[in-house]
Amino acid sequence: MDPKLIDDCVHCGFCLPTCPTYVLWGEEMDSPRGRIHLMRQHVEGTPVTPEMAGHFDACLGCMACVTACPSGVRYDRLIEETRAVVEREHRRPLAERAFRALVFATFPRPRLLRALRGPLRLYQASGLAPLVRRALPGPLAAMEALAPELTARVRLPRLVRARGPRRAVVGLLTGCVQGEFFPQVNSATARVLALEGCDVVIPRGQSCCGALSLHAGRPEQARRLARRVIRTFERAGVDTIVVNAAGCGSAMKDYADVLADDPAWSARAAALSAKVRDLAEFLAELGPAAPRHPLEITVAYHDACHLAHAQGVRAQPRALLSAIPGLTVVEVPDSAICCGSAGTYNLFQPGAARDLGDRKAANVLATGADLLVSANPGCTVQITSALARRGREIAVAHTAQLLDASLRARPARALLRGGRP
Amino acid sequence: MRALAERFREILGDDGVITDPVRLRTYECDGLTVHRATPGIVVLPGTAEQIAEIVRECNAARTPYIARGSGTGLSGGALPRADGVLIVTSRMRRIIEIDVANQRAVVEPGVTNLAISQAARPHGYYYAPDPSSQQICSIGGNVAENSGGAHCLKYGFTVNHVLACEIVTPDGEITWLGGGDPGYDLLGAFIGSEGTLGIATKVVVRLTRTPEAVLTLLAAFDGIERGGRAVSAIIGAGIVPAAIEMMDALAIEAAEAAVGCGYPEGAGAVLIVELDGPEAEVRHQFERVETICAEAGAFELRVARDDAERAAVWTGRKSAFAAVGRISPAYIVQDGVVPRTALPEVLAAIDALSADYGIRVANVFHAGDGNLHPLVLFDDAVPGEGTRAEEVSGRILDLCVEHGGSITGEHGVGVDKSRYMTKMFGDDDLDTMQLLRCAFDPMNLCNPGKVFPTPRLCGEAPGVRRGVHPLVASGEAELF
Ligand SMILES: Cc1cc2nc3c(=O)[nH]c(=O)nc-3n(C[C@H](O)[C@H](O)[C@H](O)COP(=O)(O)OP(=O)(O)OC[C@H]3O[C@@H](n4cnc5c(N)ncnc54)[C@H](O)[C@@H]3O)c2cc1C
Ligand code: SF4
Ligand code: SF4
Repeated sequence: MDPKLIDDCVHCGFCLPTCPTYVLWGEEMDSPRGRIHLMRQHVEGTPVTPEMAGHFDACLGCMACVTACPSGVRYDRLIEETRAVVEREHRRPLAERAFRALVFATFPRPRLLRALRGPLRLYQASGLAPLVRRALPGPLAAMEALAPELTARVRLPRLVRARGPRRAVVGLLTGCVQGEFFPQVNSATARVLALEGCDVVIPRGQSCCGALSLHAGRPEQARRLARRVIRTFERAGVDTIVVNAAGCGSAMKDYADVLADDPAWSARAAALSAKVRDLAEFLAELGPAAPRHPLEITVAYHDACHLAHAQGVRAQPRALLSAIPGLTVVEVPDSAICCGSAGTYNLFQPGAARDLGDRKAANVLATGADLLVSANPGCTVQITSALARRGREIAVAHTAQLLDASLRARPARALLRGGRP
Repeated sequence: MRALAERFREILGDDGVITDPVRLRTYECDGLTVHRATPGIVVLPGTAEQIAEIVRECNAARTPYIARGSGTGLSGGALPRADGVLIVTSRMRRIIEIDVANQRAVVEPGVTNLAISQAARPHGYYYAPDPSSQQICSIGGNVAENSGGAHCLKYGFTVNHVLACEIVTPDGEITWLGGGDPGYDLLGAFIGSEGTLGIATKVVVRLTRTPEAVLTLLAAFDGIERGGRAVSAIIGAGIVPAAIEMMDALAIEAAEAAVGCGYPEGAGAVLIVELDGPEAEVRHQFERVETICAEAGAFELRVARDDAERAAVWTGRKSAFAAVGRISPAYIVQDGVVPRTALPEVLAAIDALSADYGIRVANVFHAGDGNLHPLVLFDDAVPGEGTRAEEVSGRILDLCVEHGGSITGEHGVGVDKSRYMTKMFGDDDLDTMQLLRCAFDPMNLCNPGKVFPTPRLCGEAPGVRRGVHPLVASGEAELF
């Protein structure tokens, strides 16, 4: 924890109202200002107590505080360093350790994740540890529910050629959760890019981008995964890497920081980070070429934290959507407040995740929209399962899927079918 | 303390009582971080009844207690005590009623200033006082500090917009103040009392109709001098803008670094003038304001065309305090008032001070009512700079008093400025104020040690002054 970064905080409190845990509990220790204060205490010599660790664990890493802070406090870097310190210095209870080990062994491995879907369900039923019992049913059950049939796996080609004159050559990150559970989003992304005149290079054997490890205080694992991604995309020889999952995009833009202290890799990491663009960000920079066909539909746009707060991408997806004839974009009240998904958060902090999910679900329903646009698989899972708890359903789709439907003159109906993304 | 904490747990449940030392320390200061003290206990009540019970327990244990809202105060008003209880209202944030017909809202004390406006906006109303900290400061804190903001020039301060308060008195009773009852204006005494006369548990605020038209002008000048001339001329012309705000070059630099507000390049000062009201009137007056600014030497006039552009103009101003963190490792936000006519003279004197001490001072101010917010910048890593900055900051207050102004416009006295009270008031004045305080809080347990330099008169509290207060001696007042 860099004391200089801590000193940047002037204790003004402007970040409090956008912090999801402060919104939930109204306690200083669970606000950004309070957490920075705890970091200061640690730097000044207080050891990591279980209480302190608890408040850091409860942070979603949503980065709403970074957006809100007028003093430019780099809370993103602070919490990353802090989590690593917590992992090093704080000894968690056995059950918790075991559960964390399981999650971190599973999530960053696409193939394992896929293979484990069945066994995990068994494990769930066995009720080994109370913690596990509490945590698993929600999000994993939701993933089960949302995931397409195992046989319906979409295999993307290594190269999708541009339609019409070629305007760019881009690489596409397929992502673990996106790739495994929402492959239809990846195919929509590739089609949209191709229709907008891009050659899309989709390297085989992509590994996890390391976002989950990075945000969970496992920098070694994160660095290892980052190096693999860098190697993969260097070989692909593309100028731009398009990412359609908010969490992955923000992690890859951070590679420059993640590998800054590794002389062999820092320059390569910085070069890769500079190439990363969120899909909406990239399409906005590129400008539209393909004609849009009308979609008569009202959509609520959900700001994924790792897009809105971590990457500052708010206007572009809204503009892309609004430019579709017939389509109306409505705002979700309190859109800046996290839905509680936050990577592995709904596994480790199920109570808070559920409360935040419930709030988000209520706000989404209040819009009365036909469909929710969510550009992050974690958010999609979280919001749909929160809605399901209330016995409600809303169709969810990725920005890419709406653009895909409009570019290919598909009816809006197709997007609404069955309330599934 | 331990027994007290146990009692609080019975009242609030485990979840509402904090005794862990690491957690307690996160409450050690408010927005003014130079004063710190770790509270003995922190409680997070949810209802007025709970607060009343807590206060009664504190009285029984002779333990001081201090209210805290969002902890954004800039005078250390919510500074805790190691031997005391901090009563935090951050969980009392329900908007109980938006009563459009009667143009009022009833809210709990922890509701943020901005949340009231957001709730009223769909009905065409808002809550007028707008401190720069509006997104987070609590209405309870606003009442305690009589907070103001840029738009208070036309609309008045908190005191003009609070109709009634439910409070827990220092006796631990729940009662209502205000509501237009005949008799003494106790609500008037309570507002601005900095948490020393009781704890507000419900606040009834007036809602103001959203104006039909709003026009905002950003005028850039080469320096403060010319900007100041424009301000005088506007007010002199009989125009009452909703707001007139000025920022100097250093403040602009900070805001630019923080939020990239895109103010005109090379400006030595910018003036933000906002007019609101009926369309025709606003248009007419706006033209005159433009002319006046041009005549005073503005080199660029920018009119915000829509809400987005208006917001852009204001972000720079509203983020200025916190933004100074970008250009200086540490700073003191000062708050003083001078008569508007003395502005140029005082600003020149501040400049001279700044040069003398080698300490940079950025200026942001509510130019319309002469409320200055000099930001005294320093580097706490450089030995002695902190002390020099403190001195400059104090000398600025001297300047304000010398020119017939005040040591605080809206941030309150708290602990930080209690020592300056004697510069503005004589012993008799202070003693009279103490009488009022004692009438509410005879045991001196409600936020003691704030506002007044030394506690006097109150019952057993140690007094530096001996003998009977002149008012008591003459029979005009008596001790309770
Ligand atoms: C960046 C920044 C900008 C600011 N800009 C402005 C501005 O433009 N105008 C302005 O006026 N102020 C401004 N302030 C100061 C501050 O925001 C106000 O004083 C605000 O009213 C404090 O509210 P709070 O909820 O944070 O109160 P706190 O800081 O928690 O407490 C302030 C005082 O109120 C008392 N108190 C709190 N709640 C209650 C209650 N329920 N009943 C009784 N007493 C209570 C406390 O004991 C304390 O004395 C600014 C502060 C910051 C950090
Ligand atoms: S990252 Fe999100 S949860 Fe964590 S402190 Fe910031 S706003 Fe709160
Ligand atoms: S907004 Fe920034 S400076 Fe203010 S308290 Fe939060 S992190 Fe600190």
